Amino acid sequence: MNGRLWVYLETTPLFWLTATVAAFLAADWAAARARRHPLVNPVLISVALVAVLLRFTGTPYKTYFEGAQFVHFLLGPATVALGVPLYKNFALVRANAWPMAAALGTGAVVAIVSSVGVAALLGAPREALISLAPKSVTAGVAMAVSEKLGGLPPLTAVLVILTGVIGAVIVTPMMNALGIRDYAARGFAAGLASHGIGTARAFTVDPVAGVFAGVAMGLNAVVTPALAPMILPLIVR
Amino acid sequence: MLRGLFLLLVCQLVGEVAARGLDLPAPGPVIGLALLAGGLALHARRGGTVEGGDVDRAATALLGSLSLMFVPAGVGVVQYFDLLAAQGFALGVSLVVSTALTLLVTVGVFLAAKKRTA
Repeated sequence: MNGRLWVYLETTPLFWLTATVAAFLAADWAAARARRHPLVNPVLISVALVAVLLRFTGTPYKTYFEGAQFVHFLLGPATVALGVPLYKNFALVRANAWPMAAALGTGAVVAIVSSVGVAALLGAPREALISLAPKSVTAGVAMAVSEKLGGLPPLTAVLVILTGVIGAVIVTPMMNALGIRDYAARGFAAGLASHGIGTARAFTVDPVAGVFAGVAMGLNAVVTPALAPMILPLIVR
Repeated sequence: MLRGLFLLLVCQLVGEVAARGLDLPAPGPVIGLALLAGGLALHARRGGTVEGGDVDRAATALLGSLSLMFVPAGVGVVQYFDLLAAQGFALGVSLVVSTALTLLVTVGVFLAAKKRTA
């Protein structure tokens, strides 16, 4: 390829935006071919494809993000859009208010204590422990929590995405193995433990699971920022 | 479709302003989510249709590509290869154990509480 052409392409937002969508379409095609098998996670595959491309071309993340930010921006409106399935299934959500409240409180505490506790036992440094605490919450909120408590917000963002992918990969086999067929409960757990990526997975499995995942993600985005500053000092000194 | 997208953006904007202005603990888009659901309920009560409407179509289109929107943040992993290589074991074990445990406890408590109320 002509060197000057590549210099142009590499720095234009258009190229990296197109590459992001292309990687995702390829990954989503593979996931569809695998009949949405949980291991063939489209987020994981597209992140890997783009990461390899960045490494191969020696492109810094900042340059990449100038293009990808247009996709990233849509996370906000998409979170608001979860209000539509919530409205459509409101009767079902209201009927499950008590189980949701109980599961929300315990689930949020377990998410913080277990992640920080396990990493502390394995000798992870203080900054990494703080960055881990909000890992089950949606990226923007988790980064704000991490910053407030003295963690590394960009590291938190990565841990959040990894948590989402892990949750999306294990939730279906786990729930099937346990014989749990209540899709409200399954979805709520997916959204609470693994935020938007778990919610996206839940929507591909069952529409009711998707609604409860979205609600759990929204509720945990409120509860974890309140709980983390109280729990963290008990584990990390 | 454009009107639907506009209403989603308005809900988010009001949510962001409320979150910052009133120092609310909830993030802007989550407040926007609640506003949208409430607004749709009000719209329906006044005899408006939600199903297949502008907002419904815009929301369905966006949520259909929800996974795509996590890719840019996920690619951020390339900035932390060194840290992940050094602390990868502790962080990896922590994430897997904690995510699995959180899923188990959440679904267990949900089902137990549901059984008790039924």
